[in-house]
Amino acid sequence: MSRRTISGAGPFAAAPVLTVLVMLGPVAAGLAGTLLPAFGYLPAAGLDAVSLDPFRDLADWPGLWPAMRLSVTTGLAATLLALGGVALLFAGWSGTRAFRALERLLSPLLSVPHAAMAFGLAFLIAPSGWIARALSPWATGWERPPDLLIVQDPWGIALTMGLVAKEMPFLLLMALAALGQTDARRRLRVAQAAGYGRVAGWLKAVFPGIYAQIRLPVYVVLAYSMSVVDVALILGPSTPPPLSVQVVRWMSDPDLSMRLVASAAALLQLALVLGALALWRLGEALVARLGLAWIERGARARLADRVLRPLGVVSGGFSAAVILAGLAGLAVWSLAGFWSFPEPLPRGFTAQNWMRHGPGAWEATGLTALVALASVGLALALVVGCLEAEYRRGRALSQAGLWLIYLPLLVPQIAFLPGLQTLLLVLGFGAGPGPVILGHLVFVLPYVFLSLGDPWRAWDGRAGTVARALGAGPLRVLLRVRLPMLIRPLLTAAAVGVAVSVGQYLPTLLVGGGRVPTLTTEAVALASGGDRRAIGVYGVAQTLAVMVPFAAALMLPALIYRNRRGLHG
Amino acid sequence: MTPFQTARTLALAASLALPAPLALAQAPDPADWAQVTEAAEGQTVYWHAWGGDTATNDFISWVGDRVMAEHGVTLEHVKLSDTGDAVTRVLSEKQAGEDADGAVDLIWINGPNFAAMKDAGILFGPFAEDLPNWQYVDVDGKTVQTDFTVPTEGLEAPWAMAQVVFMYDTADIEGPLPSAEAIRDWAANNPGRFTYPQPPDFLGATFLKQTLIELVDDNAVLGAPVDEADFQAVTAPLWDYLDALTPNLWRQGRAYPASGPAQIQLLADDEIDLAISFNPNEASRNIAQFKLPETIRTFVLEDGTLGNASFVAIPYNSGSKAGAMVVANYLMSPEAQVRAQDPEVLGYNTVLDMQALSDEQRAAFDALELGVATLSPAELGRVQPEPHPSWMTRVTEEWIERYGVVQ
Repeated sequence: MSRRTISGAGPFAAAPVLTVLVMLGPVAAGLAGTLLPAFGYLPAAGLDAVSLDPFRDLADWPGLWPAMRLSVTTGLAATLLALGGVALLFAGWSGTRAFRALERLLSPLLSVPHAAMAFGLAFLIAPSGWIARALSPWATGWERPPDLLIVQDPWGIALTMGLVAKEMPFLLLMALAALGQTDARRRLRVAQAAGYGRVAGWLKAVFPGIYAQIRLPVYVVLAYSMSVVDVALILGPSTPPPLSVQVVRWMSDPDLSMRLVASAAALLQLALVLGALALWRLGEALVARLGLAWIERGARARLADRVLRPLGVVSGGFSAAVILAGLAGLAVWSLAGFWSFPEPLPRGFTAQNWMRHGPGAWEATGLTALVALASVGLALALVVGCLEAEYRRGRALSQAGLWLIYLPLLVPQIAFLPGLQTLLLVLGFGAGPGPVILGHLVFVLPYVFLSLGDPWRAWDGRAGTVARALGAGPLRVLLRVRLPMLIRPLLTAAAVGVAVSVGQYLPTLLVGGGRVPTLTTEAVALASGGDRRAIGVYGVAQTLAVMVPFAAALMLPALIYRNRRGLHG
Repeated sequence: MTPFQTARTLALAASLALPAPLALAQAPDPADWAQVTEAAEGQTVYWHAWGGDTATNDFISWVGDRVMAEHGVTLEHVKLSDTGDAVTRVLSEKQAGEDADGAVDLIWINGPNFAAMKDAGILFGPFAEDLPNWQYVDVDGKTVQTDFTVPTEGLEAPWAMAQVVFMYDTADIEGPLPSAEAIRDWAANNPGRFTYPQPPDFLGATFLKQTLIELVDDNAVLGAPVDEADFQAVTAPLWDYLDALTPNLWRQGRAYPASGPAQIQLLADDEIDLAISFNPNEASRNIAQFKLPETIRTFVLEDGTLGNASFVAIPYNSGSKAGAMVVANYLMSPEAQVRAQDPEVLGYNTVLDMQALSDEQRAAFDALELGVATLSPAELGRVQPEPHPSWMTRVTEEWIERYGVVQ
């Protein structure tokens, strides 16, 4: 690449540097802010004796082993099941009408906030929940709920199920994007022509190509599932909780020295995630080896279709059913009068819950929108800057660059946010929407980048050439031709960004110092109270807050392009 | 990442933060009320209070409307899931040198959190006894000047009285259970139908203390700090009791509700038949709001139950101390107290002395009706004093070790 073209990036040359700084700066600063206290160094609290005591205190905590085990088992199980479900769904059904229907159903569910999904699931499966109510007493004989440990079970099964249901839509969309680049249809046709069963043929011929493309998103799912806090608070066990939840508890202990233990535990959490990623990587190699042997044996495995195809559609249906039924449960509770077990529906419906909690939810919606729009606006500006710089240099994002973008999603939030909070406080700006917006930016930016990258690169450069020939400068081409033509993917990326921002719990809570109540933090705070009607109102409001931008992203281009049908990007 | 880059990132963060309030007012003198109200006008008070109870949230929101109308004070309720969060916040701010305008202006507080803040010297005041409405407070009849045996010394202002009651479903339990032993025996015959919020939740810790008081022969030892007693010997009966009770708890004690309201939801779902409450009126209010079945009633133990006051305190580094004092004063007003005692709103007992009120004010209290499941003051019986806060801390820690990490 010549020197001339690099300078040709002009004012956009700084964008990639700034982007990396904005994304990785907080992560690095936060990790430093976690690392030092973990070794006893927290001068802000008058503690500066460097030692291993925090780790000793951590080791003395009797809940440590079960908490670690929970983190690892729920994370690995959730990732395996979600990936397996998506693979079977693709293997058995891609290209069919049923697949397209499920795809349409699952895609919007990607944006349903984790907390809302978790509330919905908890009400669905509890012994006094919707499923039990629907079957009682006529089928189960239960006049009152049985004493069964389903939600908050010590093995984390409910937590795992919730994570599987929520992560499947994400992996599905990622795999869909990869499908186009793997020539899947022709590979499958060749395999089937050679007599392979549908599922076996897909797994042997297509899956390796797809997996190579979605490896990073799978790692993100693994890291996220191992260290999630809000979902674990609602669905996970509490005696003891998973390690990440315990870190948050220690962080909020009135005794400041507990922050040292919290930091040590946060580092342990990071090590666990890295270890699990390494284990997963080993597993990849093993599966590749076994898979190769399986492929070489040449078994056509046509009978497997009879079992695996239904399993694929069941797993896709499970995800959709869990999320949709959960949301329906929230909506019904938000309108419920008295509703006792085992009645399948409330005795009466009332607007009272909305009148009571509506104003509070509306106020939180304002702050939620402010933070979301500001962080998404910044993210869009930076991403467009990066992509434009990339375009002008004529050089696409390298593999290393892709890793940089994914890095904030791979480092557990709980490992660096507490450190970031302490650091911000020491530097004197710990509260208010400003830091929260920057905190959200770290997580919004990667998704906006991933969402906008491909359509941006796919833009037909000839339109730009024509504009240049008509005398427009590069900036004018960007502003008057490229951005307007790409308005649809831009809006979609913005909607994805808003969904990510709305769903953030820990960054809002820790960076905002409690002064930035968003729908998600309010909903999780209410969850500790267990008032299902209030949770219903907030859960529905939270879901609307992400659905409305998606609807707008779909409808606005139709309005804007009303008279310019040829201008689609 | 070099330190330089880090600093730049953070400088960017600073430039985007909202501007801090322009003038950092001098701490106003609570005795000069005219000056306080003048300084309060236009201030925003961030009241950090537990946000898990929607009835309390509604009450706080109403207080916000009233102080805005009367004094031009904006009240923002910061809904905590744990009061400790606010204490930590102030402590970290002090360590970080944020002495002028911290995030917390007012905290709903009592017990160990108050003791911790008082010890650390991070409370503003004394102010409470200089507030104009202090004249109505029942200083002799109610424990408003000590908080878990710790003298308040004007550092916190009382706003509600609480007493432990047990809510039970008359459809499943025939009558009141007179003692901790009776509860244990009933649970043995009805396994899986009783639980309590998981300590360190405040109400869960209260259940432990209530049981401890029931089982300890001489309660005097609990009034002094735990260090002065033989902790293991004093609490041994409690652990024996819990060892016997736990297998008969809801989910065999392998899971607990997260909080009092979560426990009420279990009662409403008919997952349990018996639950502890720190508000004698909570059952009536929830019945009135269709959140509990009409068959729920309440009882107290024969030897009496724990009682205490809820307070508000102002951190030393609040930037809106005048506004916070206006709110604290309003909370002690007859108007706010009548509303807080209204069974349909909150149903907390008042901190005021009926004799100190005018006839008209007293009439407003007299007009309040007891809820269907609320005991009369006579039926509520003897109020047991709170143990020293160090007991709550130690008992909670011990509980977590014994039962909180069992699996």
